[in-house]
Amino acid sequence: MATTSVMGGSVRRREDPALIQGTGTYTDDLQPVGLLHVAFARSPVAHGKITSLDTSSAKTMPGVIAVFTYDDVAHLGPLVAQVPIGKLRPLLAAGEVNHVGEAVAMVVAENRYQAQDAADAIDVDYEILPAVIDLKQAASNEVKVHDELDSNILHTWTYHGYWDALGLEDQTPQVDAAMERDDAVVVTLEMTNQRLIPVAIEPRSVMSEYNKGYSTFTVHSSTQVPHALAGAIATNLGVAVSDVRVIALEVGGGFGCKLNVYNDEILVAWASRELGHSVKWTETRREAPGSTIHGRGWIGTATLVGTKEGEFLGYKLDAIADMGAYTQNFTVAIPLLGLWIASGQYKMPVGWKVDCVTTHTMTTDAYRGAGRPEAIYYLERIIDAFAHEIGMDPFEVRKKNFWQPEEFPATMGCGFALDSGSYEAAVDKLISVSDYAGMRQRQEEARAEGRLVGIGVGSYVEVCGFGPAVLAEIGFSWSSYGLPASFNGSGQVRVNPDGTATVIIGTGPTGQGHETTWAQIVGDGLGIPVENIKVYHGDTRDHPMGVGTFGSRSIAVDGAATHGATQKIKEKAAKIAAHLLEASAEDIVFADGGAHVAGSPDKSVEWAAIAKSAYQAHTLPEGLESGLEAETTFSPGNATWPFGTHLALVEVDAETGDVELLEYHAVDDCGHVVNPMIVGGQVHGGIAQGIGQAMFEDAIYDEAGNMLTGSLLDYPLPTAADLPMFGLHRTVTPTDVNPMGVKGIGEAGTIGSAHTIVNAVVDALTPLGVKHVDMPVRPKRVWQAMQEARA
Amino acid sequence: MNVSMTVNGNPVSGDVEPRTLLVHFIRENLHLTGTHVGCETGYCGACTVHLDGKPVKSCTIFAVQADGATITTIEGLASNGELHPVQEGFWERHGLQCGYCTPGMIMSAAALLTENPNPTEDEIRHGIEGNLCRCTGYHNIVKAVEYAGARIRGEEPPAPDWEEAH
Repeated sequence: MATTSVMGGSVRRREDPALIQGTGTYTDDLQPVGLLHVAFARSPVAHGKITSLDTSSAKTMPGVIAVFTYDDVAHLGPLVAQVPIGKLRPLLAAGEVNHVGEAVAMVVAENRYQAQDAADAIDVDYEILPAVIDLKQAASNEVKVHDELDSNILHTWTYHGYWDALGLEDQTPQVDAAMERDDAVVVTLEMTNQRLIPVAIEPRSVMSEYNKGYSTFTVHSSTQVPHALAGAIATNLGVAVSDVRVIALEVGGGFGCKLNVYNDEILVAWASRELGHSVKWTETRREAPGSTIHGRGWIGTATLVGTKEGEFLGYKLDAIADMGAYTQNFTVAIPLLGLWIASGQYKMPVGWKVDCVTTHTMTTDAYRGAGRPEAIYYLERIIDAFAHEIGMDPFEVRKKNFWQPEEFPATMGCGFALDSGSYEAAVDKLISVSDYAGMRQRQEEARAEGRLVGIGVGSYVEVCGFGPAVLAEIGFSWSSYGLPASFNGSGQVRVNPDGTATVIIGTGPTGQGHETTWAQIVGDGLGIPVENIKVYHGDTRDHPMGVGTFGSRSIAVDGAATHGATQKIKEKAAKIAAHLLEASAEDIVFADGGAHVAGSPDKSVEWAAIAKSAYQAHTLPEGLESGLEAETTFSPGNATWPFGTHLALVEVDAETGDVELLEYHAVDDCGHVVNPMIVGGQVHGGIAQGIGQAMFEDAIYDEAGNMLTGSLLDYPLPTAADLPMFGLHRTVTPTDVNPMGVKGIGEAGTIGSAHTIVNAVVDALTPLGVKHVDMPVRPKRVWQAMQEARA
Repeated sequence: MNVSMTVNGNPVSGDVEPRTLLVHFIRENLHLTGTHVGCETGYCGACTVHLDGKPVKSCTIFAVQADGATITTIEGLASNGELHPVQEGFWERHGLQCGYCTPGMIMSAAALLTENPNPTEDEIRHGIEGNLCRCTGYHNIVKAVEYAGARIRGEEPPAPDWEEAH
């Protein structure tokens, strides 16, 4: 295996040997002696009153230990939420149900089969009430979703008014005035950004053990946010955070859906205390659409005004976003993430309004991109429509309106500053690597033969790696969970007496390769080979406070913290090495597994010797504390703002409407890169999820609120046969927000790709006069658009 | 009911309910947790094992149906401490991220290469389309299988295609 410790090298992953041999441990793999299993009885109706709930026969079934309903857990209160706007979720249905799949009763039994049998035997009668599913109907308030709330509109985000303290100017009048200009070209489209189901391949799983003597909980969960879960359990159960230890072992994909804290996690912890047994619940795929959050779910009208020379004069979005029935974690705050990048890579006034409405559906929250793919989709689709309207090349029209490199940091109308960017350079590289000119030539030839070939272009800017910490003032923190941390990252580095290093981080991966990337950060700083560095994560008892992995934050925040800890170790180790080598600390250089005096590589000492000395106080220079470990936190002064431009080549079957994705090229810029192999993998997966939204995935409720796409047959994920090879390239524009100059990359591919695909499909159909096709661009929908255009 | 089978070369037996799925027998009775459950309905392929040399989705088979069979799971794929070429390929070409679909994906890819040691990209893509991965976009999985195919054929695997930082 190639394993050098050089930053910027594609070091093979340290986590892989376990995962390719079946020895990685996921939560559902745990089977302590005496383990009890949980199954939930779930609502088959979207909105109704529970008129009777009979658990008596379930309680007598083989293996059943207990059946719990709302009355048993009412005293725990509703599930705590981060941004508690809207109706909070009761831990079990509180006399009424508000979406299909809502947990009504909890069965605990000796094995999972018995638990499910008993859950199926619970007898519930419902008085069915009208379900509000359609977003426009919900926004009209004709029928209330929750009687106790004043309106179905839980909150409205506006570009200038989202945070009064900033005193932002309303730019809507500027956009309106531009529309009145004689030379104005105005393009408007109503578009849907459909609801999606995240589908991490590992279903969620949680197991809790309670120690009566110590009054402590040990909770294993497939979570992205162990510290937040510990805080939530403590808050709901009324115990101290220090009594709750949460451990996230291997987590089989998260994509945001495991960044929520869930009622089942609280209930399993509670039941372990009630019953004095280990208790586990593992989600089934069939119940997941009602037990794990969804993402997206917007309808909106986008308007771009510009001149026929291609200058943008202003942009507006008026949208409704579906929050589902209950507010969970960030729910209502998700559109705000999109607001911050509403203007994309372009300098122009923005009027932006999103109404967050509640409906009788599963809660929505963060799904890969979280608000940002929606925002960029509307912007980049309308830019594409504008380019078609004025007959200008899609790259050219974008280039005319980009922020220019010398304008960074570039303060946008939303008050935030883009940290760094070189948008045109990425476009130029893409034009070159994709042979864009040749591709357009081939498109002309195909069109001459009557074939529908399209080229789609899409740019994006992302906001990720949050702070600044002051965002806590608008509800963005973990304060609801009783934790003081907001957007800090943390890292702990210890050089052990044998010269190896142990690194413990406050974030934890769900597949992003942190054990490798962090070993590179530390290895590069200390000159210790990555083979001698072990990275640990995901245990709230032993690990530094950190908010977990989400919002493409790990490298830019916790990575920066670990870099800081490494620097502290290095400073101390230099003093020790200098003492051992009888040299000056300023002259010490770290490389090749040890330290040497600059210019004299033979005057050297190995890490093991430095470390040994560090732990033996009598061998240290006067005044130096013994030990060789450091922990730092990092609180970023700004988010990071990665960017890029993507290109897709598609062909639409003129008879059937079937879309074939022929080529996909991307140029992404996330600043400096620690491990290009891992970064490429993140972009691949991100693009695939964006393509999934564009071409295949659609979470559909019927008018009565029944989930019609509850299995993987009805909710098709992209398969290997659906996707092409991706041509990935990078430009490097470092940020000064953190000392490594790195930006997040986990969500960029998703934010950059859905509109790129739809732009390509519309480009293919332009000869027929088609202006827009909503996602997913499945054959039926494309065929209908072609028929309507031909009619 | 009593079932007996050979798993990873070892004779095993157990007392199970008739409805016990093979995947639950493997995971919960035999404690071989490398085989994963992703959907319980045969779509995702995370539970793929080899039954008498053929890839099967062990969530759609009852344990009793495998009575007398020879099963290989991910834990039994490496031999004499040497990784199977597909395992090596997944490591070398970053064919996995979260690792949850990986055991099933590797078992399917290994079966594909047994049938066809020199598949085209298209044959690889169709060969593994019964296994869903949400992390990788399949790009590096295809590269991993190409790598493994070359190894099995005794050829030099193609170089990785990622753009290095320097």
